[in-house]
Amino acid sequence: MTDHSETAVLASEPAPPPAHSASEIAEEELVQGSSLWKDAWSRLKKNKLAVASLVIFLLIVVACVVGPWIVPYDGQEQDLFLGATAPSAEHWFGTDTLGRDLLVRTLEGGRISLMVGLVATVVSLAIGVIYGATAGYLGGKVDSTMMRFVDLLYALPFTIFVILLMVAFGRSMWLMFVAIGCVEWLSMARIVRAGVMGLKKQEFVEAAVSLGYSHQRIILRHLIPNVLGPVIVIATLTVPAVMLLEAFLSFLGLGVQPPNASWGVLINEGQQNMEIFPWLLMFPAFFFALTLFCLNFLGDGLRDALDPKSAKD
Amino acid sequence: MPLLEVKDLKTSFYTRDGVVRAVDGVSFSLDKGETLGIVGESGSGKSVTCYSLMRLIPEPPGRIDGGTAMFDGRDLLTMGQRELRKIRGKRISMIFQDPMTSLNPYLRISTQLTEALRLHYDIDKKAAVNKAIAALEEVGIPEAAKRVHNYPHEFSGGMRQRVMIAMALITEPDLLIADEPTTALDVTVQAQIMDIIKKRQEDLGTAVILITHDLGVVAGTCDKVNVMYGGRMMESGTAEQVFYNAQHPYTRSLQKTIPSLQTKGEQLYTIPGLPPDVSKPIHGCAFYPRCPYPKTGLPEGNRPDLVELNDGHCYADCRFCDSSAPIESVLSTDVPEETEAAGAAE
Amino acid sequence: MLKFIGKRFLQGILVLLGIYAVTFFLVAATPGSPFSSERAISPEILAQIEAFYGYDKPASERFITSLGNILHGDFGPSAVYANRTVTEIIAESFPVSLKLGSISLGVALLLGIPAGVLAAVKKNTWLDYVPMSAAMAGICLPTFVMGPLLALVFGLIFAVLPVAGWFGPEFVILPAATLGLYYAAYFARLTRGGMLEMLNQDWVRTARAKGVPERTIVWKHCLKGGLIPAITFLGPALAGIISGSFVVETIFQVPGLGQWFVKGALNRDDFLILGLTVLFAALIVLMNLLVDIAQVALNPRLKYD
Ligand SMILES: Nc1ncnc2c1ncn2[C@@H]1O[C@H](COP(=O)(O)OP(=O)(O)OP(=O)(O)O)[C@@H](O)[C@H]1O
Ligand code: SF4
Ligand SMILES: [Mg+2]
Repeated sequence: MTDHSETAVLASEPAPPPAHSASEIAEEELVQGSSLWKDAWSRLKKNKLAVASLVIFLLIVVACVVGPWIVPYDGQEQDLFLGATAPSAEHWFGTDTLGRDLLVRTLEGGRISLMVGLVATVVSLAIGVIYGATAGYLGGKVDSTMMRFVDLLYALPFTIFVILLMVAFGRSMWLMFVAIGCVEWLSMARIVRAGVMGLKKQEFVEAAVSLGYSHQRIILRHLIPNVLGPVIVIATLTVPAVMLLEAFLSFLGLGVQPPNASWGVLINEGQQNMEIFPWLLMFPAFFFALTLFCLNFLGDGLRDALDPKSAKD
Repeated sequence: MPLLEVKDLKTSFYTRDGVVRAVDGVSFSLDKGETLGIVGESGSGKSVTCYSLMRLIPEPPGRIDGGTAMFDGRDLLTMGQRELRKIRGKRISMIFQDPMTSLNPYLRISTQLTEALRLHYDIDKKAAVNKAIAALEEVGIPEAAKRVHNYPHEFSGGMRQRVMIAMALITEPDLLIADEPTTALDVTVQAQIMDIIKKRQEDLGTAVILITHDLGVVAGTCDKVNVMYGGRMMESGTAEQVFYNAQHPYTRSLQKTIPSLQTKGEQLYTIPGLPPDVSKPIHGCAFYPRCPYPKTGLPEGNRPDLVELNDGHCYADCRFCDSSAPIESVLSTDVPEETEAAGAAE
Repeated sequence: MLKFIGKRFLQGILVLLGIYAVTFFLVAATPGSPFSSERAISPEILAQIEAFYGYDKPASERFITSLGNILHGDFGPSAVYANRTVTEIIAESFPVSLKLGSISLGVALLLGIPAGVLAAVKKNTWLDYVPMSAAMAGICLPTFVMGPLLALVFGLIFAVLPVAGWFGPEFVILPAATLGLYYAAYFARLTRGGMLEMLNQDWVRTARAKGVPERTIVWKHCLKGGLIPAITFLGPALAGIISGSFVVETIFQVPGLGQWFVKGALNRDDFLILGLTVLFAALIVLMNLLVDIAQVALNPRLKYD
């Protein structure tokens, strides 16, 4: 029902509830919140694709973290005499042109790629949430200026900018993590702002304001926890995006530098020799694509689970 | 043969949170020139009833589970899409509840107004636009010739609802389904809009299904009334039967809520408690938790049958409970405890 | 409308200036000069060269000079390819990249948008699942994976298409497919989302109630609004195609600007990087201007102001 006019008299609403104190209201929010998470979790569990993605992704993570200690080879150890060999019982993924075991190198590359995914996403999360929450909370002129700026940045060639950063400050891995995080925060800022704008209208924030809580406290205590759902979704989708950017840079030789290897580096090495040693391309490319796949499906699944309305039906 | 005869219509939504039985066994019939009012609280399934007739239920999640709707001898619920399209907009038109979202913001009013005309009749564009202008004038839009080429966002809510009405009436349908056509408008405009619809009915013998919250409007304009609750029919009959000889406790409670029937200065009566949640199966009587009558049956008992009192006056038979006393006597004594408990629990 | 375009154009110029400034000072902040890496030159000659190109002056002064030069179409010399100017390189390679880029964008749009519309209209049928799964796969197979794979399959296993060089129409196919397919996937997803949003609107129900056939509902009622997300993505897509061209031109050895940019970045060729960045940025800013205009044209609720 949208509107009430004076003569629309069917009593469809119950009597107004007794006045709540702000803390009670906040508590109710929390209770609602927890059932929201439970609902979301049960919805996610029903989404087989998302669950499978989560499981496979976790397996990949565990393999990359633990694997290199288990596999009896060293990723840096060359065996020029051996050279590139096809997958075999000794070297499951074969060896590269320098005789290094590809399995270990793929797992170690995964470590770096996943690390980028984590660190850069955290950076982007921090920037995006602070920026978006500030814009949405302050509203008005400040907000429109801040968001216009985001629109502007959206349309800019950021990859080029990251490349320039790498050129200017040398190809340090940590710098790259941060640089990537610095350019991938825009969606996050937008979604947080939208969430904050929507929530601001709700009464529990008004109640908090009327009780004289400081802005900072309102943002931290009320707004941020409530936009958590969309933020988790975007963060999940940011991980593959930043991994992609890292691999892109590494592929071009501007990212991770040998002898360190990320999946991007391995794919580059593989494609140079793919006519003769196609497995050098296949294994890293497969793991990279599979990881992106899982993260994207998981992100989509989380979106459906956390925001049933936006579910693509 | 009535123009439209609906029997035992059932429509559900199969959502991931369960089956929502939005309409569960609704029947009515309507002759040419007649007006049927459907009343009930929010969520009682009024809109879904109408959408089902027009086959506008989004499928999935929705599905028409059963029943028939004979329109001019043909079943609307089972006919093919092609045939259905020839009836939609030409012989049956619909006015939707929310004028703000029911017009396409990307198309000019003129395009939207003339669309049905051009689809169903052999009429050239210029003549169609002229007819559209006339239709806008009829519903009281000033400077219609100029405004016909505007976009919806250039109209206020009330104006948009008028456009919706003009759009529905432009093809001179046999049946007009009006889903709360005036809820979004202020009182004077409401009266004007109802007058437009009434006039059309007198001129062309259009049958009307009028969905509303406003029992006053129903009493003033409808020949027949259908009272819905929780997707089910509680009572139906002529306006006289339902208003002056109300049988069902829900109908009686509804009547109590009409302000003009209440003593001035008294607080407005509202039915305590909330409408039922139709996404959970309802056993027995849907009104049980809020019913003010002394209850002798169990809430989980049998579903009351729809029985006919006399010529067409039907109601859900409360034979498990004692609903014989007039409602005043029930309400003037203390509110039964169960009701309060049920209301508070919700 | 002219005023709108003029205003956005000026904004675009300002953005470009900003980008140029940021890029310039970023490069200028880098220790050394582009010439210091050159082998075996005596310090005196190095100083001479640096003086010749103005590297003995403070960065801010150089910034003004270079800005003036660019306005005259002079992007300076290439530091690595000693006897060529950046302007020459651009003149020679831009047509190649333009061709590759526009064909890729064409592939992306012509494949992605119809697939997205179809998937939305046939929601939850195999006409939805198949293209959308393909699109998901496409998004997870970035250019530097897709490129080598396509080269492997069509160039080496079936050996039907050339995998390197730029000598005739058949040389365009693999690079353009690599770039285009990736963005086709994006366009398909965005179009599907946009169309679905439109198809779920209340006014679609109104149209159905009028007896409008589904086909008309799609084309007349929904397409305009449904395309907006895809149109909005054109700017980022162009940016992506440009950076994608860095990879694709490297893989398929296409003599376009992308390859030059990568070489410039790896070898610290200041003028080359600066010139190409400005050029790329200008293209993207221009595309965004077009997108702004298209958005207003598609959405009556927006106005040119
Ligand atoms: N698309 C849908 N999916 C799931 N449930 C739906 C859908 N559409 C309607 N319902 C449910 O069907 C029930 C009846 O809704 P309906 O819109 O018919 O109520 P109504 O009587 O018209 O109320 P109002 O006076 O608010 O318009 C509601 O419980 C609603 O939640
Ligand atoms: S069956 Fe009983 S509970 Fe239900 S309406 Fe009748 S009297 Fe009330
Ligand atoms: Mg309704």
